[in-house]
Amino acid sequence: MKFSFIKSRDSRSNLLVREISYIAKMDVWKSIKIKRTFRQIRMEKIFRSSLVLVALSILVLVIAFLFTLIVQSMPSIKALGFSFLFGKTWDPVANVYGTYPFLLGTLFTSFLALIISIPFSFSIAIFLGEYYPRGWFSEFLKNSIELIAAVPSVIYGFWGLFVLVPIVRSMELKLGVTPYGIGIFTSSLILAIMIIPYAASLGREMIRMVPSSLKEAAYSLGATRYEVIKTVILPYSKSGLFAGILLSLGRALGETMAVTMVIGNTSIIPKSIFDPGNTMASVIANEFTEAASTLYLSSLIELGLILFLVTVLINLIGKKIIKRFTTD
Amino acid sequence: MENTILKAIDFDAYFGENHVVKKINMEIPKNNVVAVMGPSGCGKTTFLRCINRMHELIEGATTKGKMMLNNEDVYGMHPIFVRHKIGMVFQRPNPFPNLSIYDNVIAGYKLNGMKIAKRDKDIIVEQSLQKAALWNEVKDSLHKKGTFLSGGQQQRLCIARAIAMEPEVLLLDEPTSALDPISTSNIEVLLHELKNNYTIIIVTHNMQQAGRVSDKTAFFYMGELIEYDITKNMFTNPQDKRTQNYITGRFS
Repeated sequence: MKFSFIKSRDSRSNLLVREISYIAKMDVWKSIKIKRTFRQIRMEKIFRSSLVLVALSILVLVIAFLFTLIVQSMPSIKALGFSFLFGKTWDPVANVYGTYPFLLGTLFTSFLALIISIPFSFSIAIFLGEYYPRGWFSEFLKNSIELIAAVPSVIYGFWGLFVLVPIVRSMELKLGVTPYGIGIFTSSLILAIMIIPYAASLGREMIRMVPSSLKEAAYSLGATRYEVIKTVILPYSKSGLFAGILLSLGRALGETMAVTMVIGNTSIIPKSIFDPGNTMASVIANEFTEAASTLYLSSLIELGLILFLVTVLINLIGKKIIKRFTTD
Repeated sequence: MENTILKAIDFDAYFGENHVVKKINMEIPKNNVVAVMGPSGCGKTTFLRCINRMHELIEGATTKGKMMLNNEDVYGMHPIFVRHKIGMVFQRPNPFPNLSIYDNVIAGYKLNGMKIAKRDKDIIVEQSLQKAALWNEVKDSLHKKGTFLSGGQQQRLCIARAIAMEPEVLLLDEPTSALDPISTSNIEVLLHELKNNYTIIIVTHNMQQAGRVSDKTAFFYMGELIEYDITKNMFTNPQDKRTQNYITGRFS
């Protein structure tokens, strides 16, 4: 009896103590929680502002880039004006800077490369997008195509110099034109290989996005696979395929190293596709170290500015088309 | 017996290892509307897609058994030829978005690269649209894009597109499940008229619809054909317990 009374009193007091400590704990816990919440909010703010800072610095970088190009090319813009674009001779020794041969070289190589690469990239896109979208072979092919884009361009240049140039030379001998081996045609071949992945990967994505209900509708009317591709898939994905071509054009225009190695680097207006020439990018790469006078350097930078603007513009248009296509 | 246009004999369909349609034996009489109903996943759509060999377009899909169209095995013919004879309308209206209403109707001829004279084309388009009860609504806008039409009109356009090929059998895969009640009843009325010229097989999960439009009804459950009878008998006096449960709404 006595024992039980003590026990009960004890337990009651225990209860009291426990209650008090509980309340105290609650308070501590609350204050910890509040502190924690403040810290969380502060962390969140720091995190966000650092992200914004990094994002802004990229933007600043691009603008600074453009700004530097413009400022540095001012001397040549002022001195040469439009004769810079349409002048037919480039002779730094005589201080004559006309970039018409390079504009022509760039356009020739890029469009020739496009013409060569389009049949390949479209075929690959259709093959991977519609014919064999799954399976080890298509996976292997897809990865190989992407690998093409990952190979450093200097390696393409090497390969072009040692493998492609002799082949082109023997071909030129048979055709009866001057057998340079190097030149616009060889550069275009190299470029065509390099830009295939761009149009092929994007084209594949676009072809896979064609709704299966449309394909089924065509199949149910008795169309063959070829007819489905021709009359349903290609019309539906044409703007996406076009955007792929634009992106690979942007790549071809700006490609420097491989082209510089096989184009021949002469500042003469090319008369045929087998002539050696120069592109805007290859001139910059080749002559940058030799540019002693201010005007010479400034002209090269102005070339860079033009190249920069053209490639940015082409990329923007391409991305815009893709966006419109994917949101439809 | 002579009236039978389509006959499935011990027909099985698989998705890889998955046995989705099991040993179907079914005869479909000419100029009838046959409804195929059953809970979702019972293989009714797969069975329908086997009839015009659309099933095999899916990777890993295989079939076994015979599907006789006018006593000729569909699986012995070229699939292109089969699909000319057996037209199909899908669950969601799928007119070609880049084609006009006119071009949608003759899309079958265009796709197959058949050259036909302009006058014949006009006749085919008008007749098909009239049969699909769409002519009066679209005759002034034949060269507008088909996607401007309402859902129900688009579905009737798809029916017109299918019957423009002059098929013998028309397969409809839940053709009204994406449509409102008015468009649905339009299409149901249309089916009554179409059965004079075609044999129609319609998959539906809607029992009322099966009761309204069909002459015969088949009930599929877990890939098997449980019961197949004249629609009236089926709904008033189902033989199988599972059919009865389904009709009375005890499972769906």
